[in-house]
Amino acid sequence: MSTATTSGRRRGGTTPAASGYLFVAPFMVVFLAMLVVPLAYAAYLSLFQDRLIGGTVFAGLDNYTRALGDDRLLEGVLRVARFFLFQVPIMLVVSLLAALAIDSGLLRLSKVFRLGIFLPYAVPSVVAALMWGYLYGPDFGPFAQLAEKVGAAVPPFLSDSWMLGSMANIVTWEFTGYNMIILYAALRAIPGELYEAAAVDGAGPWRTAWSIKIPAVRPALLLCLIFSVIGSFQLFAEPNLLQRLAPSVIDSAYTPNLYAYTLAFTGQEVNYAAAVSFLLGLVIIVASYAVLFVAGRRSRS
Amino acid sequence: MIRFQRSTGRSRALHTTALFLAATLALAACGGGGDAADTPQSAPATSQADIDKAMTTPTELTFWTWVPNIQKEVDLFQKKYPAIKVKVVNAGQGEPQYTKLRTALKAGTGAPDAVQIEFQYIPTFSITDSLLDLRPYLSAGLKDKFVDWTWKQVSGTGGQVWGIPQDTGPMGMLYRKDIFDKHGITPPKTWDEFAASARKLHAADPKVSMTNLASNQAGVWMGLLWQAGGKPFMTTAADSVKVNLNDDTAKKLGTYWGDLLKDGSVSADPDFTDQWYQALNRGQYATWLTAAWGPVFLSGSAKSTSGKWRAAPLPQWDASKQVSGNWGGSTTAVVKGSKNAIAAAKLAEFLNTDPESTKMFATEQFLFPATKALLADPEFVQQKPAFFGGQTVNQVFSGISDTVDTEFQWPPFLDQAVNDWDETVGKSFANKSDPNAALDQWQSRTTDYAKNQGFKVNQ
Repeated sequence: MSTATTSGRRRGGTTPAASGYLFVAPFMVVFLAMLVVPLAYAAYLSLFQDRLIGGTVFAGLDNYTRALGDDRLLEGVLRVARFFLFQVPIMLVVSLLAALAIDSGLLRLSKVFRLGIFLPYAVPSVVAALMWGYLYGPDFGPFAQLAEKVGAAVPPFLSDSWMLGSMANIVTWEFTGYNMIILYAALRAIPGELYEAAAVDGAGPWRTAWSIKIPAVRPALLLCLIFSVIGSFQLFAEPNLLQRLAPSVIDSAYTPNLYAYTLAFTGQEVNYAAAVSFLLGLVIIVASYAVLFVAGRRSRS
Repeated sequence: MIRFQRSTGRSRALHTTALFLAATLALAACGGGGDAADTPQSAPATSQADIDKAMTTPTELTFWTWVPNIQKEVDLFQKKYPAIKVKVVNAGQGEPQYTKLRTALKAGTGAPDAVQIEFQYIPTFSITDSLLDLRPYLSAGLKDKFVDWTWKQVSGTGGQVWGIPQDTGPMGMLYRKDIFDKHGITPPKTWDEFAASARKLHAADPKVSMTNLASNQAGVWMGLLWQAGGKPFMTTAADSVKVNLNDDTAKKLGTYWGDLLKDGSVSADPDFTDQWYQALNRGQYATWLTAAWGPVFLSGSAKSTSGKWRAAPLPQWDASKQVSGNWGGSTTAVVKGSKNAIAAAKLAEFLNTDPESTKMFATEQFLFPATKALLADPEFVQQKPAFFGGQTVNQVFSGISDTVDTEFQWPPFLDQAVNDWDETVGKSFANKSDPNAALDQWQSRTTDYAKNQGFKVNQ
């Protein structure tokens, strides 16, 4: 930053182009140092192999071929894809309903309601996972104790078949409010004339919601969807923390990010972990594009 | 404490104890290439003049360790060598410390001079050429002060000495005398008797399990395998490793424990968790197969059961031969590249051999000793803790220490091996599925990893 400043001054700093660069300089410096350089370094690392015997050797695309044939990675990707397919629709529908409810003006305490739904987003995801982990506890968790009191079977939240659903619940709890705010902001941006026109045409509140509001927030919905694709495929904090509670259910390759992390920090296979991360990035790009493509075709038809 | 961290900590790495050394040797030999060159035969000893000079030159040492209140022992060292100042740093217990150490070594700055390394991690660090061979700096006859198997654990394949043993965890069996008496069970001498008692107990009281074989505790599995004479890892040359995780010995154990887990007479709860502590306090486990640090740990964490416990050696596979394995224990090692190698080596030697210092470890921090002198010291072995009904528990474990097999080795990639154990064998305990199928899986995963790391595997 400081170099940019001095060089700008030397030139007089008055030309429009120079001042433009100056304005973006703080961002660019952080962007380069924190994103581009590490990415480039990871890409570089992914082309080598650092072995206990033989040291570091250039491996070309070997790490990538290994990753493509790695069943544990594939399993993890399929698992988060499944997670995405059932968790995201539920979360977005709930967010949309909440946003419509607040926007309808029919709620008495709409501000309290809005804040209440948004609050979980302000809780760090690590804390959220720890909290839910406690709630899910098979012995001391409140749900288990409640079930015991009424004589029902303790719901096996942390079992193999329930785990993905339990995690979906945590993520939904955390991010519904966030998505709701985005959708609500989009709703507020709809010009009032549209509502007036709808009213003149005789549309009731349900009809207005269906034919005016929902089509109008489609771009915002799409944005939420893309964020959710990225979030789902990068699932890490929740499985990482729940792993301690259910080590035999969540293994080190439960999600692709967890796998990359374990490769790098347990197996010391930093190079392979870099390749796995890049492949995961690729998967996310493809998935995001697929979502855009599908959504775009729908809106045209 | 040491013991307990390892066990408590995040558990994986922790449990595994000391084996490393042996592997180390081999490794050292293989020693990541670089090592191999400088290991052969013995290194030239540093002259006494050099040592005297180093020990009188004002020096500041950094020492990473998680032994609580170790400052007391360090003070003894500083009293003897007033020129040397030791800065004690607790960089975390077990894994977190190792992660920091690796980072510092990679960065080339910030690594300590001396560092606490658990036995099982020695090959993992010696293969990356991170530890200093202490031979040139040590006093003559040091080896004979330590229990044989511990010295084997710190020795490299080329004869290097990678660390000085600090404490150990030979394995025995702690049992609830009251539960045994109630059901007419006598402490089992063999594993067959143990299984029969387990089924008898389970039939009489299904809520109590004979023992808990924790599904997250690779250290116990390794200890039991060690006792059975298993050789899961052997380093045969600098770049070769033998991996036998699913051989006949391992499968004998797999079948034995798999059956007991399946019929419910043995449980598989993760250890060092709330549930586990509760179960110990409530008397849900009739025995705890644990290490020599277990008795003190237990008296702190299951206070309500005081007076009900007794200690005995592990049941045996062959009734005519007393053998055991080890779970836990640490060494003091010197980081390669330390500018104060002599002083750091002397610190490691002093802390773990000076009579006053070693006794303090045993009486203040309750570390289970690694030196022959202390294991024979009446003041130590004659202690009669009320928690064990006045039984001389230290004597029991002191006797067990002599029966620990000396040839067990640790792999040069412990973290990965333990992680894979958790996800295969440990998982099979939790799910009551076939441990032997899991052992095959563990074998194949570990073999793949070793090959990817450039080792010649099982050749």
